[in-house]
Amino acid sequence: MLDDSDSYVTEDGRTIGGVVMEMQNITLRFGGVVAISDISFDIREGEIRAIIGPNGAGKSSMLNVISGFYVPQEGRVMYRGQPRPQMRPYEVARQGIARTFQNIALFEGMSVLDNVMTGRLNHMKASVFQQALWRGKAEAEETENREAVEKIIDFLEIQHIRKTPVSRLPYGLKKRVELARALAAEPSLLLLDEPMAGMNVEEKEDMSRFILDVNDEFGTTIALIEHDMGVVMDLSDRVVVMDYGRKIGDGTPDEVRNNQDVIDAYLGVSHD
Amino acid sequence: MAHSQPGAGGLHSLPALLQRNARDHASAPAYREKEFGIWQCWTWAEGEKEIEALALGLINLGVNEGDFIAIAGRNRPYLYWSMVAAQSVGAIPVPVYQDAVAEEMAYVLGHCGARFIIAGDQEQADKVIEIQDQLHQFEHLIYLDARGMRKYDHTQLHEFAHIQDQGRAAHDELIGELERRRAKLTYDSTCVMLYTSGTTGKPKGVVLSNRNVVETAKNSAAFDKLSRDENILSYLPMAWVGDFIFSIGQAYWCGFCTNCPESADTMMTDLREIGPSYFFAPPRVFEGQLTNVMIRMEDAGKLKRRMFHHFMAHAKKVGGRILDGEPVGLMDRLKYALGDLLVYGPLKDTLGYGKIRVGYTAGEAIGPEIFDFYRSLGINLKQLYGQTEATVFITLQPDGQVRADTVGVPAPEVEVKIADNGEIFYRSPGTFIEYYKNADSTAGTKDAEGWVATGDAGFFEKDSGHLRIIDRAKDVGKMASGAMFAPKFVENKLKFFPDILEVVVFGNGMDRCTAFINIDLNAVGNWAERNNIAYASYQELAGHPKVLASIQSHVEEVNRSVAADDMLSGCQIHRFVVLHKELDADDGEMTRTRKVRRVVIEDKYADIIAALYDGSAEISTTTEVTYEDGRKGSISATLDIRDAAVVQAASHKVAAE
Repeated sequence: MLDDSDSYVTEDGRTIGGVVMEMQNITLRFGGVVAISDISFDIREGEIRAIIGPNGAGKSSMLNVISGFYVPQEGRVMYRGQPRPQMRPYEVARQGIARTFQNIALFEGMSVLDNVMTGRLNHMKASVFQQALWRGKAEAEETENREAVEKIIDFLEIQHIRKTPVSRLPYGLKKRVELARALAAEPSLLLLDEPMAGMNVEEKEDMSRFILDVNDEFGTTIALIEHDMGVVMDLSDRVVVMDYGRKIGDGTPDEVRNNQDVIDAYLGVSHD
Repeated sequence: MAHSQPGAGGLHSLPALLQRNARDHASAPAYREKEFGIWQCWTWAEGEKEIEALALGLINLGVNEGDFIAIAGRNRPYLYWSMVAAQSVGAIPVPVYQDAVAEEMAYVLGHCGARFIIAGDQEQADKVIEIQDQLHQFEHLIYLDARGMRKYDHTQLHEFAHIQDQGRAAHDELIGELERRRAKLTYDSTCVMLYTSGTTGKPKGVVLSNRNVVETAKNSAAFDKLSRDENILSYLPMAWVGDFIFSIGQAYWCGFCTNCPESADTMMTDLREIGPSYFFAPPRVFEGQLTNVMIRMEDAGKLKRRMFHHFMAHAKKVGGRILDGEPVGLMDRLKYALGDLLVYGPLKDTLGYGKIRVGYTAGEAIGPEIFDFYRSLGINLKQLYGQTEATVFITLQPDGQVRADTVGVPAPEVEVKIADNGEIFYRSPGTFIEYYKNADSTAGTKDAEGWVATGDAGFFEKDSGHLRIIDRAKDVGKMASGAMFAPKFVENKLKFFPDILEVVVFGNGMDRCTAFINIDLNAVGNWAERNNIAYASYQELAGHPKVLASIQSHVEEVNRSVAADDMLSGCQIHRFVVLHKELDADDGEMTRTRKVRRVVIEDKYADIIAALYDGSAEISTTTEVTYEDGRKGSISATLDIRDAAVVQAASHKVAAE
């Protein structure tokens, strides 16, 4: 067994570091509904960690706990060795956590470029007045941030839609723009909520490629929720499987694939 | 031209021209590329330094004189530098089509025995890695974009910038060797090897010497008075001879600037930003743009639409004549000037043709309507006829003598003759040296006196002296009745309709002609949207009864026009089918330059062709398709076969008015 601070090298040559975030006995209730019950797992530096499970298993709730949007009634979230207090979303963002949403949450009327620029908000120090009047550090900052954004646009190959309003884009591209915006924040932990939902095979392949490249190129730790088992198994280093709010499996894709509880949850089992 | 004569000034290779440009036009822009949203620029002096660093790096890596260096990727300054760097060290650059699948690449790389490969990105590198077991001579791959390749085994892989760094570091040690190799280049050394696209059979490696390239660049630049102030957009495949001549040959001879787009998808935006003065595009690009303009005009407001149609009608009347310098009345000129202010000017700007001085189209026949549309706007669009073996130019159209149906007069220093069977032969300073490792084909194409057979049939028009191409000599045949069969003649007429992308006509040796038709998804899709026609796939749209009806009306219109031609009235299309998939180079149905491979299509779709001739009303078929990554799949469909009305050959004489 690995220690929290141990690091190891994967078969494909990436270095996975120590634990960044740890969920300790998390229980989340909405009134009488138990969305998550007593779940523990960790996320290591530099890995791609997937949370899978059938519909209603509590995956999105779990992601919202990781992102700090939901506060669990029981258990605690450790981030970089510290218990994490209740935080406002902008404080979470400042900690280096960025996310995408299951139902795309972009500014529809704005161009792709402007949308991605909003991801840089945390990197802008100039005041509203300086920005409005184009005075002080505003100009230099804008240039610097634009450069960072252009690198991401280049990375995700969306140059051709740079100036296109988001509302005119097809679904697959919107998803990519959302990823671009999340990346613009230069997160150390990236949370992806069903990045491939509603995509066709080709779009899924593109997205998988980008997720791997992001992890590879920037060393970003990625936690993702996904429906598509095939995709998850190919992408992830480790997988947590949830069913009815409980954790039923945790391990490498191979371990999870051979776990009887997981097979039952996915294929169904007769309850007699 | 102010430049000294080649030979006398030692300008008999591209590296020599590079040195001259770096000396004489040091601070003039040589290369631009849009990256990170900004046009990055390199002057000739900077470009020369980059190329030198790469050349030194190549020597350092062990490149010998006479080695082949394959280059694969989209148009980027770095890859153009690679070609010239390869030449500088005495190696031979072999650009390969970037969209070639691994198998095709394996043939080319194996045939030339490339020891080194310079690849644009992971996509190209992956193909090489996939086939490297078949490549016995392959040693090192140099890549530009490192993305996705961090985890690869780097014993044979090198980053472009590192090779340059190593070259710079070893400058003092290796510069002597580089200078020695550069000095050895003569007019007769090999400049580049380009593989033909291979309409029939395997691609052949065409060896072009420095003389071929430099002389051709010199002559063609003089013909169109190209100067060092030109700007071109380099977006056509680097493996195609045209791009080599425009973006390297002429660019180096004249010293003008080569601009590379940000990505293939941004080409139209980049075209507008650069506003090239000298532009080259296959008819497909012009057709696509015209279709786009027409679609957008249909969506435009009433006033704009009326203005557009009113002034375009006027342009059609006088625009071409004004461009050709013919006499036009004052009122017409004034109206044209007003139109220029309101419609033509803004339209040209939108298209990116605001500054164009010389534009060429070649590769395929362009529709007269499309050609006239651009010329009527005041764009000096001309046609040329050429091939790889001629280092592009065989004939071109001089300013003021431009017509849609001819390809112009022989280019400077090119001799052209027509054989008895109509085949066109030429001899020129650009005539290729040989097909690499293929003496039989060389001998079969080029005779002892240097005359090269083009494989195309054509004739010189008596009064104008312009060459007219009929068809590929191989494709021209006879119908069962003995009438002449020239498929391209009919295909081109059909392709001029915006909703038809591709056509293949059959009928050689048969009693009547039939056709395969591909719809243009852009145009038909837009039409479907406007008419509330829902469709889920290309296949469904292509089989829609309303689409079939509109295609049928086009076929019948073309039949009427074909019937008016005494010689070719037998080529009217009796039956046709709209195919369920686009003809594609990945499936081997077209060449990478998008020319139809008839033999492959006849073989692959034999069942559909049989149905076209046996009178059945529909055919069920399954077709194998190849995806971009080389995997195979299949699609099945039941296709309607339509009968088209034909006109009795003699009736056109009475039918007129």
